[in-house]
Amino acid sequence: MIYNDLSIIFPEIFISVYAMVALVGAVYTSKDETAQKVTWFTAIVFIFLAFLMIFSEVKTEIAFGGMFINDAFSRFSKIIILLSGAIVLIMGQDYMSRRGFLRFEYPLIIALSVVGMMVMVSAGDLMALYMGLELQSLALYVIAAFKRDSLKSTEAGLKYFVLGALSSGLLLYGSALIYGYSGTTLFADILENVNANSPSLGLMFGLALVISGLAFKVSAVPFHMWTPDVYEGAPTPVTAFLATVPKMAAICLFMRVMYDAFGNILGDWQQIIVLLSILSMFLGGFAAIGQTDLKRLLAYSSIAHMGYALIGLAAGTEFGVQSVLEYMTIYITMNIGVFAILMSMQRDGQSVTEIASLKMISETDPGKAIALLILLFSLAGVPPMLGFFAKFEVLKAAIDADLTYLAIMGVLASVVGAFYYLRIVYFIYFGETPETPLDNSKTPILKTIWTASAAIMVFGVVSLFGIEEMAKAAASSLLN
Amino acid sequence: MITLEHYLTVAAVLFVIGIFGLFLNRKNVIILLMSIELMLLSVNINLVAFSSFMNDLVGQVFTLFVLTVAAAEAAIGLAILVSFFRNRGTIAVEDVNVMKG
Repeated sequence: MIYNDLSIIFPEIFISVYAMVALVGAVYTSKDETAQKVTWFTAIVFIFLAFLMIFSEVKTEIAFGGMFINDAFSRFSKIIILLSGAIVLIMGQDYMSRRGFLRFEYPLIIALSVVGMMVMVSAGDLMALYMGLELQSLALYVIAAFKRDSLKSTEAGLKYFVLGALSSGLLLYGSALIYGYSGTTLFADILENVNANSPSLGLMFGLALVISGLAFKVSAVPFHMWTPDVYEGAPTPVTAFLATVPKMAAICLFMRVMYDAFGNILGDWQQIIVLLSILSMFLGGFAAIGQTDLKRLLAYSSIAHMGYALIGLAAGTEFGVQSVLEYMTIYITMNIGVFAILMSMQRDGQSVTEIASLKMISETDPGKAIALLILLFSLAGVPPMLGFFAKFEVLKAAIDADLTYLAIMGVLASVVGAFYYLRIVYFIYFGETPETPLDNSKTPILKTIWTASAAIMVFGVVSLFGIEEMAKAAASSLLN
Repeated sequence: MITLEHYLTVAAVLFVIGIFGLFLNRKNVIILLMSIELMLLSVNINLVAFSSFMNDLVGQVFTLFVLTVAAAEAAIGLAILVSFFRNRGTIAVEDVNVMKG
């Protein structure tokens, strides 16, 4: 009985035990000299577990009386979380050790936050949801303030902490109301107990609070206030992590709660998601236009992208879920490439993040310029890049679900978005040559990553690397 | 007779005080931490009240988890605050303004 439960959560237990043992081990031995080794080893652990999941048999298993669900949906998102987490770790270690703030805690805190995300996407109960979410968030507050002698970084950590704690409080208050008005915390039982025709007012209030808490975690407007500041202030490798992995976990958790616990009152929460989605797409688009800092621009871009992902959630269909999973996978791949380029940008050994410093890098570093061009086109959704197909799928899901107006809004917002992405492309190819160009980067790991990411954006169109089939299986396991 | 509604009202009032503490406070970041604690603990009143009136233990188990998380959250919040103070030399809310957005 208990053995069976434990074997289902084996990956989570493995990473937690690894993180704790490595933490104690690193404290007692040589401390910071081991930091790079620990980072690599953590990445290898992630990749190992991801492959373990890829090659494991696909089935739906339930552990701890329904609190923990392991199905094709959670398996898909865990694989993406682990792989992208590993890549972000590998990407950041060189950048951080050169600037002297790579400590052995960094990969281990990331490992703990990954455990939190894995619990989130598998949660089948409000308690598991809350514990997973808090484990993930608490770890993220710490790494946002990781460069502890930098004012910006600690301020980012402080802002993230205060606003994150507020959102956790809202989510928790909502959970308590849902528990009170449905009599249970298990998603499956909530689904049974909710009166589909006239859900009680207390329950709807709880649902609205839970949605606002989750919207905060995916940084959807109007709960996005923390995103630009935290992205700008946090060290770039941490920003790369924040912009990719937790977003996948949060949006998967969002879908899990909405379908598993409230799937039969779709009409009641659909409008809320539609509103969040439209606001995010437009605010993300318009606010990004005036930005001069690339990290801040990427923050608004991620807000807009979350708006598109929420379109698929609002559709409330199996195809909608599938399109969100594909969208998030493609979004993470693009963002990893962009952040790899961002990390390589430096002038006289100092990292720079201004957009203007990209002027005419097509002359100094043509390979990087082409990769950035492809990635930006893909982010903007220009065909034939993969980013276009991601947007196409979610818009199609919206039209299939009779949300044509939402699809039209999505298209309009993507025109706004195209403007600021193309402005960067303009700087790269047609700007005036700056007096002090960027250093020519000699970072083979980053170069491999951005080249691979750009290549996937072009060649992934052919087959999507089988992601489509996996996402489809994942979506059907969530809805049945 | 104290009914469920009384407990829920007290919890709601405390929760709202917590939220207002976060937004109206202009003085000190420590007060923000206190407001966050107030929010989490008001949820505990809610959970225990529901649990007791429904004769269902789950709510009280949830409360224990929330207490644990609240303690961890306070610890991390104070740690971040200390490193912010070392860089900035002040913990006034108005001075958390290096980045504007």
